[in-house]
Amino acid sequence: MRAWLPTILRGLLLLVLIAFLVTPGSFEPLLRPLVQPNAPAIYNQGSLLALTLLHLRTVFIATLVATVIAVLLAILVTRSFGAEFLQLSRSLVNIGQTFPPVAVLALAVPAVGFGEKPTLIALFLYGLLPIFENTLTGLTNLPRSVMEAARGAGMTDFQRLLQIELPLSLPVIVAGIRLSMVISLSTATIGSTVAAKTLGEVIIAGLQSNNLAFILQGGLIVGALAVLIYDGLSAAEAMLTRRAGST
Amino acid sequence: MGRARLLSIARQGSGLRIRFDKLGIVIALLVAYGALGASFAVLKPNRIVQGEAKMILAALPAWAGWGLIVVLFLAAAASLFRTSSWLKLVAAFAALVTLALAIGSAASFLAPAGNTYARVSPASGFWLLLFAFMLLAADAITRLRPPPWMRVLFLVLTAGGVGAILLSGSWNGLSIMKEYAGRADVFWSEAGQHVRLALGSLIVAAAAGLPLGILCHRVAALRAGVLNTLNLIQTIPSIALFGILIGPLAWIAATVPGAAEIGIRGIGTAPAFVALFLYSLLPAVANTVVGLAGVPREANEAARGIGMTDRQRLFQIEFPMALPVILTGIRIVLVQNIGLATIAALIGGGGFGVFVFQGIGQTAMDLVLLGAVPTVALAFAAAVILDALIEMNSRVLIGARSA
Amino acid sequence: MIEIEAVTKLYDDVAVVDNVSMVIEPRTVTVVVGTSGSGKTTLLRMINRLVEPSSGAIRLDGEDNRSIPGHELRRRIGYAIQGHGLFPHRTVAENIATVPGLLGWEKSRIAAKVEELLTLFQLDPKMFGSRYPHELSGGQQQRVGVARALAAEPNVLLMDEPFGALDPIIRAKAQDDLLAIQKHFGTTIVLVTHDMDEAFYLADKIAVMDKGRVLQYGPPAELVRAPAAPFVETLIGDAERPFRLLSAAKIGAAVEPGEADGEPIGEDGTQQEALADLLWSGRKALPVVSASGAPMGRVTLDALLKCAARPQ
Ligand SMILES: Nc1ncnc2c1ncn2[C@@H]1O[C@H](COP(=O)(O)OP(=O)(O)O)[C@@H](O)[C@H]1O
Ligand SMILES: [Mg+2]
Repeated sequence: MRAWLPTILRGLLLLVLIAFLVTPGSFEPLLRPLVQPNAPAIYNQGSLLALTLLHLRTVFIATLVATVIAVLLAILVTRSFGAEFLQLSRSLVNIGQTFPPVAVLALAVPAVGFGEKPTLIALFLYGLLPIFENTLTGLTNLPRSVMEAARGAGMTDFQRLLQIELPLSLPVIVAGIRLSMVISLSTATIGSTVAAKTLGEVIIAGLQSNNLAFILQGGLIVGALAVLIYDGLSAAEAMLTRRAGST
Repeated sequence: MGRARLLSIARQGSGLRIRFDKLGIVIALLVAYGALGASFAVLKPNRIVQGEAKMILAALPAWAGWGLIVVLFLAAAASLFRTSSWLKLVAAFAALVTLALAIGSAASFLAPAGNTYARVSPASGFWLLLFAFMLLAADAITRLRPPPWMRVLFLVLTAGGVGAILLSGSWNGLSIMKEYAGRADVFWSEAGQHVRLALGSLIVAAAAGLPLGILCHRVAALRAGVLNTLNLIQTIPSIALFGILIGPLAWIAATVPGAAEIGIRGIGTAPAFVALFLYSLLPAVANTVVGLAGVPREANEAARGIGMTDRQRLFQIEFPMALPVILTGIRIVLVQNIGLATIAALIGGGGFGVFVFQGIGQTAMDLVLLGAVPTVALAFAAAVILDALIEMNSRVLIGARSA
Repeated sequence: MIEIEAVTKLYDDVAVVDNVSMVIEPRTVTVVVGTSGSGKTTLLRMINRLVEPSSGAIRLDGEDNRSIPGHELRRRIGYAIQGHGLFPHRTVAENIATVPGLLGWEKSRIAAKVEELLTLFQLDPKMFGSRYPHELSGGQQQRVGVARALAAEPNVLLMDEPFGALDPIIRAKAQDDLLAIQKHFGTTIVLVTHDMDEAFYLADKIAVMDKGRVLQYGPPAELVRAPAAPFVETLIGDAERPFRLLSAAKIGAAVEPGEADGEPIGEDGTQQEALADLLWSGRKALPVVSASGAPMGRVTLDALLKCAARPQ
């Protein structure tokens, strides 16, 4: 019974989220007490569903590109010809992660102007770091005996990478993607301050017109998305870990 | 195997007469493009409109322009070969100092005399050069593996150098400094607010998080529940958490007598502080739990065996041994808080974010920089200092363990 | 046949393997012993070119091992290591199928080979084929590791402390299995260990290494009879010498005609086993039978004592 509870709660969360996005009006009575009598309780300057989809699209695109680049870079610095860059890239990731997401976003604006672009760039750059770091961790912490056996069996470098190193690192890589996506979901809301179409619009509209209902619905949608994606990827990670064997 | 590879690379490398450094080649290309292919500074008629980009030789007096190019290429040449890391570090620092001085003099050279509206800002070439030489410095420092105190010394030297240039006034012609000059008072009060938010919430979070962590360590039944809840809080986007807290805090301010008097209001510092506090709890608690769990069984057994009380064991054995991990949690919190405190500006909480968001609103990018650059610098400095602290503490422990 | 000729390996100008020459006969078990860090692993890994020698040459059946790319060479040589190194994300069957897969064997041939090997190693193919390595016991994992090394029917099998992680009982069984399999396939085995009991039990020839050099290379009895260096003596141990001699020789070699009472013993056992049996049962002689059970004669306490005495 207790083991099922989280799953049921998540299913419920997903249902409520979908219901809210499809018919936000039906939730009005819940939010009404939070606002002044004449103010709207449901975001009325655009479709919540459309904003949610745009928000997700931005995050997915940025994460996808970040994943591809980060994994490629991590593979590069763990090969013998890129070994010179391994320590440096570790330091750079360490330094890069001290850059606040807002600063990355703000600094991208002078380079590419307002709108979707700076948000994508900030999400991409910031999302790169956890994935790169985790891929590096995965690729450099493979069991020695397994790598030795793979070489001893006569696999070429490329076969080893594809058949052994990447599959065994996959759970750690997915954990990096999960971290990156949750940060991106949150950072994307700030993208609205530079005119990207994301759920941040709802929150900022609420902040500007002192409308608590707007802030709450914007925040809760992003929060629900984050929890669902986090859980989904955690489950994927657990499954991959089990498949990759615990020893 | 990794070791064997490195050795075989070194062996192959020594066969060549001249040994090129792979990163050096990248840096040299960046420098060549940054110096000769991209513009060094932008001259704008006023702070908002698009400007006119100038190459190095057009942005500086002839002698200074050529001088800069010579210094940059010498430093790039030092990066190109496999030489001592100290030499590279010195070259990188020399290039960075020259760049810093050059951008200042470009500002006074380009700005028409007497025109207070005209703005000069660094352009892409400058940023590229800056990046290239910082990369060189980072690589040199990484290879040198300096002890913690030396890293802090590098940080202090860098901060001192930047401070000296700022005080000397040689950057005063730069757009970002003009933004600063117009709001020097506000800048320092927002800086104070930023630090108060980041550090204050950290201190409260540590004061609450450590005991909570110890409790979770001792009472296994609590652990999963507490950590899951804190995890959940972390997934709420910052901007929303800041906003969501407005409601309850406004309600508290209105209903709890005395709350409003001590500064609790729906918007402003209070929700920002509480939000940062909530975000800080997870790393503080989780790292305390992990740190305590990592204390070797034998150490605990031995402590019990010689008759220590639970309290003595906690303070004399467990806590000191868990300290590096706990400090790592503190580092995460501090760096994260310095970044997140920027968001506070959106709900009237102040901090450097004020300039960032004002700048975005006015499309004045120099104002954005006035907020973003100090934030990054602060976060970076905090990371370096805490990393040094952590390393010093773990060294003591590792030394003690191997002895 | 493996010919190792004046092979040296330098790391940072230190000779980890120092001018080693030896010839390993086909279908024999050669055991390399020595203290930790003496260069055993490095020597072994130069045979399949996981490590490239700094100088010297290694020939397999007369062919220089550098005449084909390293990975192709390794597909033709079996390799089993301590801690088995099974691929944790692949099933037992997939693990065993690794090298045949790399060689591009047909599916049906691979499946037949996997089944044959699992059966040979006393693992029920239906039950174990689809399991993952972490679902096996330590001994089973080790057997799968050896089975994987043998999957492509290599002439040569290199083993680096293959039984180092096993407990004594499972280890003894693994050693017996290895000898049986060596007979079955006629494989040439080079095995590294620092366990002298294991060396004497398994070896046709033992190579003793110290500080990168091979101090002595010869049959076990020769090492006891005429140690070439004080280090070899120390390694064998003064108190162990007679027993080592017995453990390196088969009962068959001490059989004499005659009768004896009680339980017979097989001629394939070691003389040490025969001595133990005699001492324990308080008899003076044991009847000896061949593998098929035919009476061969007897082995006496006196004969064994002579075998164990210092050779003149
Ligand atoms: N890749 C390597 N790089 C440098 N030194 C090595 C390397 N591999 C092994 N060595 C050194 O060579 C010596 C012999 O190692 P090894 O062959 O593993 O010894 P053994 O297997 O007998 O314990 C050891 O001192 C070891 O430190
Ligand atoms: Mg070894």
